[in-house]
Amino acid sequence: MIITQLKDINEIYEMVKSYNKILIAGCDGCCQPPRSINEAKVLGQLLELKARTEGKELIWKAITVLRQCDDRIAATTVRPYIDDYEAIVSLACGLGVVMLNKVLPSKLTFPAQNSMFGGVQNSGENNFIEYCEECGDCIIGETGGLCPRAGCAKHLSNGPCGGMVDGMCEVGGYTIPCAWVRIWERLKEFNRLDLFKKYRPPRDFRTSTSPGYLVINKEYTNEEEKNEVEN
Amino acid sequence: MAKRKAYSQLCKAIEAGHFVFTGELEPKKILDLSEIIHSAKEMKKTKRIVAANVTDGPQGDAYMSSLVPSFKVQEEAGIEAVWQVTVRDRNRVALFGDVISGAILGLKNILTLTGDHTALGDHKKGRPVYDIDSTQFCEMLSIMIDEGTDYEGNELIGGKIEMNFGCVANPNSNPREPEILKVGRKVGRGVDFIQTQTAFDIDDAKDFLKDLEQYNVPVLLGLFPLKSHGIAWYFDNYIPGVSVPKDLLKALKKAEKDNKGNKPGKYAAIDKINIEFFKPFIAEIKKTTKAAGIHCMAVEYERLFAPLLGEYPEYVK
Repeated sequence: MIITQLKDINEIYEMVKSYNKILIAGCDGCCQPPRSINEAKVLGQLLELKARTEGKELIWKAITVLRQCDDRIAATTVRPYIDDYEAIVSLACGLGVVMLNKVLPSKLTFPAQNSMFGGVQNSGENNFIEYCEECGDCIIGETGGLCPRAGCAKHLSNGPCGGMVDGMCEVGGYTIPCAWVRIWERLKEFNRLDLFKKYRPPRDFRTSTSPGYLVINKEYTNEEEKNEVEN
Repeated sequence: MAKRKAYSQLCKAIEAGHFVFTGELEPKKILDLSEIIHSAKEMKKTKRIVAANVTDGPQGDAYMSSLVPSFKVQEEAGIEAVWQVTVRDRNRVALFGDVISGAILGLKNILTLTGDHTALGDHKKGRPVYDIDSTQFCEMLSIMIDEGTDYEGNELIGGKIEMNFGCVANPNSNPREPEILKVGRKVGRGVDFIQTQTAFDIDDAKDFLKDLEQYNVPVLLGLFPLKSHGIAWYFDNYIPGVSVPKDLLKALKKAEKDNKGNKPGKYAAIDKINIEFFKPFIAEIKKTTKAAGIHCMAVEYERLFAPLLGEYPEYVK
């Protein structure tokens, strides 16, 4: 899921203060904490109050979308409303904001949130954590199922570094466990320190260079394909 | 891995069997290198400190890059530099470029480091690089020195660079096993020497050196004489993993309090505490371990060199 944080209300208001009528779109997708119809409504009320303090009247409508990052769902859900509003505020992650701008190009969509990371929700521990940074070159088969790229502040492939103190990381004031110590503990438990000792060569950053792009729905056939001219 | 030729005075001295000393210089936010050069000259005068480490933005702070002061120290003070290079601020392209630049400036030692995170420094909003890690940097240097190419195998025109390089190890690390295994990875990438983070506990230091013996690489144990109570306190509180013994902290505080307004008295008292602590420490390390020497991080504390190192033979020309 994409972990997000609401922007400061003043920052959101600055983006939309030149409009009189705005559409606020929640997202029912993976965005966490939830930013659905109720959150969209509360944001509308807050913006309305903020506008009043500046002597302005702001008209708003709150809706929600099943998944803003899906072009067909986003377009069909939001399109019926847009003629009545001057701008859109999205409560999705950055993907949803970009998608609304793409599929509904006649209106500007503004972000109400900062997208933090792709992470998991640990309800028992009351936190969200980045366990994977979608690097395109997964090595957690060698690291006991824990990712040192997402889990290490220095993204080390061959840790731990000298900033580890009593198993904790120098970044964040020694409150976050060192990913490499946890990897060592886990591999030791399974008698697989051979994997820990292994040298891992530098990452190929081509797999994670922006913009990420992958073709889907490629056609397949069992017919013999014509060889393309080499070189 | 076959042992690499000793190109640097440091590695030659180790090879010759001397118990070596290295010092440390810390260029900060400065435009004037005269104090650094002065410190380096004092090291040279001891005839026992063979090389001076030049730090690269310690604690993640934005300081003068270590390349130019390393060169200036060699040129103007006549002491070899151990050029510290972190992978925090440069990607593999920049590291390659810097290393060959250092090579043509005549630098002979590189100390590879990960580097304290930018989040710890004075530009906390900056983006740390860490394109390659320090182990991978070791491999890159091995390739440049032994094969004469860049990391991708492209030929380095003009031949191979003639340098030696080392890595660091932390005797304070807890747990210790992953640290030792990590050093093993670096040794596998061809390091010529190891310099350690500062140690204050003699038994811990001896255990640590014992653990490193398996790698058969010369180790210089790091020691940090404490010039003032303030420095000791800072070290204790802000340097990752380092804790200064409480007795030492107390003694330094007392020495400063007892000699308020009396600078020479204060210096003498503080020096005495350091000498009483570190002199037997060094003797014990030399006598009972296979350490190749001591990395004496007496930054801007030159007056301690003579009493601390005086009894060891002169070996630096």
